[in-house]
Amino acid sequence: MASWGEASQSRLIGKRITRLSGKDKVTGKAKYTYDINRPGLLYARILRSEVAHAVVLELDLSRAEELPGVHAVLPLTEAGRKLRYQGQEIAAVAAETDDIAKDALRLIYVDLEEQPFVVTEADAMAEGAPQIRDDWQGNRSNPGINEQGDVDAGFSEAAVTVEATYHTPVQTHVCLETHGHVAEWRGEDFLTVWASTQAVFGVRNDLSRRFELPANQVRVITEHMGGGFGSKFGPGVEGHTAAQLAKITKRPVKLMLTRKAEHLVAGNRPSMTQHVKAGATKDGRLIAYDMKGYGTGGISSGAGFQAPYVYHVENQRTERFNVATNAGNQRAMRAPGHPQGAFAMDSLMDELAEKLGMNPLEFRRINDSNEVRQAQYTLGAQEIGWHRRNNVPGSGTGIKKRGMGVGSGQWGGGGGRGTQARVTINPDGTVEAVTGTQDIGTGIRTAIAIIVAEEFGLEPTEIAVQIGDSGPGLPSGGSGGSQTTASVAPVIKTAAAAAKQKLFETVAPLLQTTVDDLRIGKGTIYVASDRTQTITWKQTTGLLGMESITESGNWDQELRQGGVAGTQFAEVEVDTQTGHVKVLKIVAVQDCGLAINRLTTESQINGGVIMGLGQTLLEERIMDPLTGRMLNANLEDYKVPGTYEIPEIKSIVFDTHRKVTGVGEPPCIPTLGAIANAVYNAIGVRIRELPITPDKVLTALAQKKA
Amino acid sequence: MDTFSYVNATSLKQVTSLLSDSEWGEVMLIAGGTDLLSELKEYIETPKTLINLKTLPGMDSISSDTSGLKIGALTTVAEIAMHPTIQQHYTVLAQAAASVATPQIRNVGTLGGNLCQRPRCWYYRDETVNCLKKGGDICYAVDGLSKYHAILGGDPVYIVHPSDIAPALIALNATLKITGPDGDKTMKVEEFFTLPSANPFRENVLEPNEIVVEVEVPKPKPNTKSLYLKAREKGAPDFALASVAGVFEMNGKTCQSANVVLGGVAPAPWRSAEAETVLTGKTINDSISMKAGEEAVKDAQPLADNEYKVTLTQNLISRAAMMAVN
Repeated sequence: MASWGEASQSRLIGKRITRLSGKDKVTGKAKYTYDINRPGLLYARILRSEVAHAVVLELDLSRAEELPGVHAVLPLTEAGRKLRYQGQEIAAVAAETDDIAKDALRLIYVDLEEQPFVVTEADAMAEGAPQIRDDWQGNRSNPGINEQGDVDAGFSEAAVTVEATYHTPVQTHVCLETHGHVAEWRGEDFLTVWASTQAVFGVRNDLSRRFELPANQVRVITEHMGGGFGSKFGPGVEGHTAAQLAKITKRPVKLMLTRKAEHLVAGNRPSMTQHVKAGATKDGRLIAYDMKGYGTGGISSGAGFQAPYVYHVENQRTERFNVATNAGNQRAMRAPGHPQGAFAMDSLMDELAEKLGMNPLEFRRINDSNEVRQAQYTLGAQEIGWHRRNNVPGSGTGIKKRGMGVGSGQWGGGGGRGTQARVTINPDGTVEAVTGTQDIGTGIRTAIAIIVAEEFGLEPTEIAVQIGDSGPGLPSGGSGGSQTTASVAPVIKTAAAAAKQKLFETVAPLLQTTVDDLRIGKGTIYVASDRTQTITWKQTTGLLGMESITESGNWDQELRQGGVAGTQFAEVEVDTQTGHVKVLKIVAVQDCGLAINRLTTESQINGGVIMGLGQTLLEERIMDPLTGRMLNANLEDYKVPGTYEIPEIKSIVFDTHRKVTGVGEPPCIPTLGAIANAVYNAIGVRIRELPITPDKVLTALAQKKA
Repeated sequence: MDTFSYVNATSLKQVTSLLSDSEWGEVMLIAGGTDLLSELKEYIETPKTLINLKTLPGMDSISSDTSGLKIGALTTVAEIAMHPTIQQHYTVLAQAAASVATPQIRNVGTLGGNLCQRPRCWYYRDETVNCLKKGGDICYAVDGLSKYHAILGGDPVYIVHPSDIAPALIALNATLKITGPDGDKTMKVEEFFTLPSANPFRENVLEPNEIVVEVEVPKPKPNTKSLYLKAREKGAPDFALASVAGVFEMNGKTCQSANVVLGGVAPAPWRSAEAETVLTGKTINDSISMKAGEEAVKDAQPLADNEYKVTLTQNLISRAAMMAVN
């Protein structure tokens, strides 16, 4: 049975190993799609609707086409068609320089007949609201209703009940590198695209369908990419446009989204509003849960969320629906549906615990059947110093008040089939590992090197890892669902093991022993039964003569496992004069199985916490009911955490077994509830609407006073 | 941005004459460019010519003597923030400068540019929204979203003045030297700024052919305590939700005179005579400092989304006053 072996036997796996691409990234040597410049490159830009809802009456591209330096102008809509959100594509231009392209956009004449619009959920659901989608009746989707147990009976058993409304606004992905592509045709029948994507093969397959090319005549390259978070699975309109413009002009074309477009059209986490009533028994059992909720994914649906979440409720009824608004569509975003669900559930849990006069952690223990999280509660509470929290919320003295809170989360991350990989040992001792995955930032490139290096007794830096390229024809799935490592690692491991086996077969006769009696040491191969018999790695590979060893692997399910639990504790300090919330510390206890690289696993936890913190305290897509525009489609008013916001983060890799499990998404989930509950514990007034900004804190404090 | 020609300034005379010979907005001045460039990129301004002031000699230094400070308009925000004399004797100014944006912006942004920067209002900064400040009919903040807008002096344009340095300079009784085609003139920094009721399109009284060349700050008395408090949503970079520049002449716990100037709450830096009156001659304690805050905002007229700024401003003033004695 395949296994990763004992921890004590691992030289590299599970250790803290510096990211292979780290130095290149911080020195600017790493080439992102943005950095790709090809001979004869043209620059493309897209003209977008500035209004939320309109009918195109006329589109005239001629003046743009006549501008010197413009090579192509491509309509992306036509007279008679509707534009349903700000940012929707009207036309695209490819020109000699980016400046010319930008000037050309301003020469495109488009006559729009503006239509009534709705950009907020409330406006969309109001009586007489304009119809947004032609395929819906009104602006609400049919509700999904789910019922388990007997809710009414549950409430009759409840000693306490809480009724509350929780809201999280739309959050945008804010990929540091905006979406974009460089497209280049060789003749009419071979397309190469450098893409900022989290799914190299997904983009390849999409483009091959779009341009009716055989899959092996499209090559997609993503050596490095600057963040995706779920928003970069396909080429999208901008990718299709880049390839189309390149085809028309017979020149390579670069088309990167502007920061504004990135906010408007490149996806977002939908909003959530929950009206929830829940009850608990006197002894602290969550007994009844009744929730009606909705969210907006803009013009698309998909605004689902988890409710109830993590904790077990015997009797529950939930009803949820989507609200259509004139805004850019949602896309998967780091643990879709979970952070917002966790915020509501963990807030609710604290509200119930308080009514019961129970420690919120104790109340969780009673209602959480997950053994891993039970252990995490103990560890996390110890690390944060849970005993220091205010027994009476808001009871701290002084202007700046401290408080503590806890939140929980869960995720899958067990990986899946569909990865092919090749590990090659060359006669000169060099090693290559090739697969079609991509490094969305989690460090899979380094993880692959670690696995191969461990198998061969080499150093990770000695392994040439080639990923992010469909060229070698070794597919792998998109980096989503925290699936990458658990999908790729078993294939790499089995490929490396197979190559090692082949190498042993070569060397066994020389050492006058059997393959089974051979072992790998650091840079050497030795005979287990007679340790004096050794041969260096290079001597061994030299025996290969002209022939490299190349082996592929398989997704051995014994090497991976799905299902993780996590919990986080937050300590905050609230300035009651300014309403500012400062997070002092987060303890993040994250179950993840075998961490191939402990360092990058911790980095993923840190990143998740920071993203969760941003969603809790800062981030919100602000849509203006007056103009239909997003007012903060920039990084000035759309605020993401910076160095001042980032607290001490104690990331605890909570290994529960020695099988690989993904951990990219789950650490962003428990942060919201932990911080929100800590704010309540600090000031004794609950904020049920994110983000918890000074205006909300001051307003809440004023209401408490009054 | 639109194409423009770029002229390196050789003398103030040349600059003022180029400005005089052009229509309003056709020729614009650039120093650090941290504000102007984003206006150009967003087509908020579309000048035909930019004059680079950085080539003007002798306008980028700080000198100090017993009577006070002279700071050239081309001095960077970072130089002001890090100047030892300013940190020690003009603390409010050093703190205000240090609170501006990010190190990168402070390293290139200049004093003159900071004083003459344009509003951050999200309607104003959107090319496609023709708001009152840009010659349209309405201030969108009135019926739109107004979280970051004015609570004092707004009518009819509810922008807030974004400068941190301006409130500090006003609190220090600083004066500006301005050069025009007819020579130099000086005015109080306080008089430099103007409210939308007087001119909805501009934030100051600079004539189209004038340029700010220097700021002069009288030296505060030795018994002065000065400080700058800035409330913001995010540590950096972020503009003030509200800020207070406080300069207090103290005799023990008694405030002999107080200068209290607010940022982030009005279309111009807002001197709070009300707070100053409450504090002057009083022993500073909790109740006096709270009274100062209350008086300062008693005429505040918040919009739909910024009532919190009233409380915030009040609290910041109280805090500033208490910090004068602690």
